[in-house]
Amino acid sequence: MKRKYKLDEIDCANCALKLENAIKEVNGVSNAKVNYMTQKLTLEADESEFEAVEKDVLAVCRRMEPDMDVAAV
Amino acid sequence: MTGKLTKKQKKWLRRIELGAVGFVVLEVLAHVGAFDGGRWWLGLLTALVPYLIVGWDVIRKSIRNISHGEVFDENFLMMVATFGAFGIGEYPEAVAVMLLYQIGELFQNYATGKSRESISQLMSIAPETALVERGQETEEVDPDEVEVGETIVVRPGEKIPLDGEVIEGSSMLDTSALTGESVPRSVHAGDSVISGCVNGKGTLKIRTTKRYEDSTVAKILELVENATDMKTRVENFVTRFARVYTPIVTVGALILAVIPPLILGGGAQTWISWIRRACIFLVVSCPCALVISVPLGFFGGIGAASRIGVLVKGSNYLEMLARVKTIVFDKTGTLTKGEFRVTEVAPSDQFERMTDEPKLQLLEMAAYAEAYSTHPVAESIRAAWAEASAKEAPKSYISQDTTRIGQAEEIAGHGVLAVVDGRQILAGNEKLMQKYGISLPEGVSGSASESIPESIPEGGSENVLESIPESPWRIADGSAGKDGQDASGGGTVVYVACDGTFAGRIVISDVLKEGVPEAIRSLKEEGVSETVMLTGDNASAAKEIARQAGVDKVYALLLPADKVRIVEQLIKKEKGKGALAFAGDGINDAPVLMRSDVGIAMGLIGSDAAIEAADIVLMDDDVRKIAQTVRIARKTMGIIRANITFAIAVKIGILVLSALGVANMWMAIFGDVGVLILCILNAMRLLGHRRKAVPGGVPGAAG
Repeated sequence: MKRKYKLDEIDCANCALKLENAIKEVNGVSNAKVNYMTQKLTLEADESEFEAVEKDVLAVCRRMEPDMDVAAV
Repeated sequence: MTGKLTKKQKKWLRRIELGAVGFVVLEVLAHVGAFDGGRWWLGLLTALVPYLIVGWDVIRKSIRNISHGEVFDENFLMMVATFGAFGIGEYPEAVAVMLLYQIGELFQNYATGKSRESISQLMSIAPETALVERGQETEEVDPDEVEVGETIVVRPGEKIPLDGEVIEGSSMLDTSALTGESVPRSVHAGDSVISGCVNGKGTLKIRTTKRYEDSTVAKILELVENATDMKTRVENFVTRFARVYTPIVTVGALILAVIPPLILGGGAQTWISWIRRACIFLVVSCPCALVISVPLGFFGGIGAASRIGVLVKGSNYLEMLARVKTIVFDKTGTLTKGEFRVTEVAPSDQFERMTDEPKLQLLEMAAYAEAYSTHPVAESIRAAWAEASAKEAPKSYISQDTTRIGQAEEIAGHGVLAVVDGRQILAGNEKLMQKYGISLPEGVSGSASESIPESIPEGGSENVLESIPESPWRIADGSAGKDGQDASGGGTVVYVACDGTFAGRIVISDVLKEGVPEAIRSLKEEGVSETVMLTGDNASAAKEIARQAGVDKVYALLLPADKVRIVEQLIKKEKGKGALAFAGDGINDAPVLMRSDVGIAMGLIGSDAAIEAADIVLMDDDVRKIAQTVRIARKTMGIIRANITFAIAVKIGILVLSALGVANMWMAIFGDVGVLILCILNAMRLLGHRRKAVPGGVPGAAG
């Protein structure tokens, strides 16, 4: 399944790229996109384990961008 | 400029200003010798004040990231570079690097905010509220809460919040936000309207036909929002480049700082010199300028396209469109209007000698003979007569006086026989003329018929009519059309006889859309090498339209499956050299739209099928917009590539120069912040100025 999150806010394009790469590394993530222009994260993962994957992804976000808020759209 | 900054940006700017003042103070003091004679500690203190004001968050972030195991990030690199500068006693440079780094970051933040804003302004079609009639009351609610079938009221100047049908009132609608079309559209009770249009001077009552989330507005907003999510080839390149670039440069800096001084030996001066070179490496180690160029460029390109009423569903389609070499068009609904019009009225020589206004008379006879027919051909003859007589006489004359018609009889598959003003009028196909023994003059009948293949030959390419001759309309193909009238020269011929004598013929054909030849010409100018038309129609009709439009190749007599096969063949031929785009009306072309590299559909203002199946949607069905969009796509790709090349070249140049000891810190700062700002400014050119209604031009993309 696919879910979108609003990021508030990711400061630079390279930070977005690095965050995207880090999220893609998370186990269970089938695809991820951090869109710097729209400040949105699109996360794709299997429905059955989505919640667990989401938790890990949010942890990665906190680690890489501690000042950023992530809210599901 | 300050007025438009966000709170966060204002704070950021304030810190930069304070830091800049501190930097000037530092420079002045250093100049007057305040730090001479062992008072270096005073200089360090004076430098630390602006440095910390400007860069405290950078240091905080990098320390936090190191504790999280994230070493290679800009904050860390900036910290190391500036600490290095402090270490070798270059205080002003340390402050300047931090100061300029922050200016670059702030500018990046401002620029993206700005372009996001300009897209949302462009897309300022989202309604905030809807006025619903519920019982006796009208309530103002969120558009989300309106159900299908409810009645909404749209007051003058307001946006239509949901798709629906007008049940009361009439007004002019401004559709420019959706279509780029500046001429307002008039609507009355019974017309369907789409959300996102701005109501003119009348109040409208509308019965909703869709929920908000299914309405045109919501769909378009979602599409544009997601358009930059699509991965492009150029983005993949930049991603891969960025992934290796930063670690390589950082390791290079480390090697540069340690190995040469160890090998060369020497004292503190040698170490300082090499550490300085390493710091320069670190300053240019951020690929920011490259990374920002891609999304900002595509965002601008998609914005420029939507400004002219063209919806691009993904950055990748814009990238593909820039490479298009072949464009395939469907005929009906794309190049032609798909409606029939009288295109030629040709009285016979004899009839011409008998009457004053032979053309009008001929039309009138036919119009009266076909007065009771509901056939589209009859309707178009009546419409043409009404139009022609309006020019000749006062309006009152135009409505048909049915008392003049004595008797009217429809002869199935042939035409009509009617008595008008006491004269016997025949109007129909050649068979009708034969049946009543009317002899047609030489060159008028279908004797000069062409041979048309009965079925589609295997391979399909035999259907191609490579050369398009100047075909005079009278070359009839002899095959009887489905309504019993002869198809001829791209049209249907109605023969008219009066009291047993041939009086002339009227040709009715599908007409080319406005601006089609111009559209094909400008595509050629944009570097499209081949234009192709596909149609299920007969060859002569296809040839005639193709000749008028100016396309290079025609494939006629196609079934839907043949269209897919031909597009596949053309794609194969194109392989590696360019891409193929297909433009269709989007309603029954879905398979071809999907199969082509770029599917372009006529939006018919909000047709769901088109928006679903296509990659690019022309909201106002104007094919001229295709060339404009190709131009925008080429410009977008040009700017993105120029930025990438420029950024890589400058960075590598500075790396080489600094390894050789030629570059200084100021050049490095230019290589980082300067390049970033130049790339952003270049990409922002795509957003251009405000929307202008320039027919045929590319508003905004030229600035």
